[in-house]
Amino acid sequence: MSKQINVALIGNPNTGKTSVFNALTGLNQKVGNYPGITVEKKEGICKLPRGVKAHIIDLPGTYSLNASSLDENVVIELLLNKKDKDFPDIAVVVSDVENLKRNLLLFTQIKDLEIPTLLVINMADRMDRKGISLDIDYLEEHLQTKIALISTRKNIGIDKLKNLITNYKDISITPCLNASQIDKTYFDNLRKAFPNQLLYKLWLVITQDVNFGKTSRKEIEAVTNFKTKSKTDLKRLQQKETIKRYQFINNVLKVGQTIDTSQAKDLRSKLDRILTHKVWGYLIFFAILLTIFQAIYDWSGIPMDFIDTVFASLSEWTKNILPSGAFTNLLAEGIIPGLGGIVIFIPQIAFLFLFIAVLEESGYMSRVVFLMDRIMRRFGLSGKSVVPLISGTACAIPAIMATRNIENWKERLITILVTPFTTCSARLPVYLIIIKLVIPEGRLLGLSYQALTLMLLYLIGFGTAVVSAYILDKVMKIKSKTYFVVEMPNYKLPLFKNVALTVIEKTKSFIFGAGKIILAISIILWFLASYGPGEQFNNAENIVKTEYASQNLNEENIQQKIASHKLEHSFIGITGRAIEPAIRPLGYDWKIGIAIISSFAAREVFVGTLATIYSVGSEDVDTITNKMAAEKNPITGGALFTFASGISLLLFYAFAMQCMSTLAIVKRETNSWKWPTLQLVIMTIFAYIVALIAFQFLN
Amino acid sequence: MQNTLAHLKRGEKATITDVSSIHIPLKLLEMGCLPGNSVELVQLAPFQDPMYLNINGTHLAIRKDTASHILIEKTTHE
Repeated sequence: MSKQINVALIGNPNTGKTSVFNALTGLNQKVGNYPGITVEKKEGICKLPRGVKAHIIDLPGTYSLNASSLDENVVIELLLNKKDKDFPDIAVVVSDVENLKRNLLLFTQIKDLEIPTLLVINMADRMDRKGISLDIDYLEEHLQTKIALISTRKNIGIDKLKNLITNYKDISITPCLNASQIDKTYFDNLRKAFPNQLLYKLWLVITQDVNFGKTSRKEIEAVTNFKTKSKTDLKRLQQKETIKRYQFINNVLKVGQTIDTSQAKDLRSKLDRILTHKVWGYLIFFAILLTIFQAIYDWSGIPMDFIDTVFASLSEWTKNILPSGAFTNLLAEGIIPGLGGIVIFIPQIAFLFLFIAVLEESGYMSRVVFLMDRIMRRFGLSGKSVVPLISGTACAIPAIMATRNIENWKERLITILVTPFTTCSARLPVYLIIIKLVIPEGRLLGLSYQALTLMLLYLIGFGTAVVSAYILDKVMKIKSKTYFVVEMPNYKLPLFKNVALTVIEKTKSFIFGAGKIILAISIILWFLASYGPGEQFNNAENIVKTEYASQNLNEENIQQKIASHKLEHSFIGITGRAIEPAIRPLGYDWKIGIAIISSFAAREVFVGTLATIYSVGSEDVDTITNKMAAEKNPITGGALFTFASGISLLLFYAFAMQCMSTLAIVKRETNSWKWPTLQLVIMTIFAYIVALIAFQFLN
Repeated sequence: MQNTLAHLKRGEKATITDVSSIHIPLKLLEMGCLPGNSVELVQLAPFQDPMYLNINGTHLAIRKDTASHILIEKTTHE
């Protein structure tokens, strides 16, 4: 039989919902987007007993069905829309044994939608340590559900959970709270107007701006002849509803749960005393950042050198083994160097995501939010802006999406606008290669100059973000209600499986997402660099030979002259020459100009572009860095990548808005072209000016 | 005199008495900030803001201006 059960995993943030999802689906999962919006949609397949299969959706974490963000809206819209193909046959509410009371609020809400609802109590392994004991039979009876007491950490109870899902039809759908308890007259009227609808459902439609099926809020207001209450009144009713729900939960837990606090060993308060301390807290945060950069530099050096060498020899091997011709050239000079330009950054990107995942999983990130809120607020940001700004070091796109949990619109908009200043992983390749070229080796207090330069670049990015936020805060006149509620979860040892899956998934999406663009651009560039219009390109051989006829050059030199003459008069050379006057004052030649232009598809294309241009330019196969170091400045005859031009280039990449995907996301999140256009123009002009000053000053 | 949560000092405990102000986000109530529940100030960030609270076992951070709308009664020390 091939019956598939639709399962929705729902739960508060920090309950280990994702661990449950990982435990059920393993590697059988895929991450996509909900149509039309950028909320991440995680789904997977789980094999259940008796050959049954379950299709599992991991819904965004939420504290209640009263949505206050786009992510939370996704949860309600799915649960209210029976026609949705993903509409769950069973809702699995994941809770954490230490916060059972709070987690049950969401449980009662979902149960009131009359969907079979199963309760998972996770982190059962912590019960003894916290002195918690549960009367599962009592809880099952009074919550009218089935309960799976599990521990994803110790891998306990997963089979029972699978069994319960298989038998979802046995679960009662009796609601927990009679909605008319909230306000009898109001709900009686509602009942009369819509006799066939679930009251709680109507109530959710009235209080939220969600669309579902046929019944919309306007319709309810139109059909029913009674006055809809004012916003304040509705809010009071929502408060009342919450209090009623907690009364119900308290009554159940009074008997069903006992907590012996004397048994509790409190690690968190000890850790918090240090990690949120007004001096130590900041020092530790800074030390963690420093470690990350040093580690990225030192640990990933070995695999990177290895990858660099492998691709260089692969390219050479291809040339030797295949018959010479346009296709071989495309492969050896366009595709392989282009691919190498992507693969080489896997080690560093993986390390970066590893650190971010560990910080998130351990619960430390919330402490950073707490420590930074007051400081960030001074700049018009929120403590919650720290998370986007830190994830911005991976990629601005998820970072901008992560601003959604900032409740205040002005703080959120400012965060979105300044996040692209933080150093994303796409800048990393550019930084690494230029730092290697222009910053001397050597150490200061055990930290290498190169690592310190990298750290400085990250700080410059972060500093610029914060300063521009301050300016925006003063300039923009937007009034919005402000509030800030952050849960401070328990400290947890990160689960290896969760961290590993995050690292694999994020690295994969970087490789395949950016990789496609990089590869496409490498091919286009190779074409543009290998062909050209007119006499100068097509007759290059004769022109060069005539020109140097008197100089008695050997064959190798002649070939080099021909190649560079060709490149200069190829399509790409012509374009590069055309823009050269604009970038000469910054210390760049036309090849860098081309690389900068192609960077607008994605910054990391810079390296791949130079790799392609240089392998077309010279015949001997060598590593990218060596080629760049050998590059001569056409005017001075000295090295092209000097300290001055290198710094200028680093600063240009630090500030310029060069990412089309980011602009697209900003447009989607702000719902206007105004903000991305502003970002593009202001950031790029600023980058140009800073790079100009830096080069002229240092040169 | 009515005390608000904003007046709580580090390590002090109190009982929440009223949360009916419309300046208090619903989310806070949903996280357990309800009349009758106990609250303890765990930690203050520099400049006394935000406040790190333990409300009936739920640990969360809120800003001082929100806290000033939550009425409390201080628990006397034993």
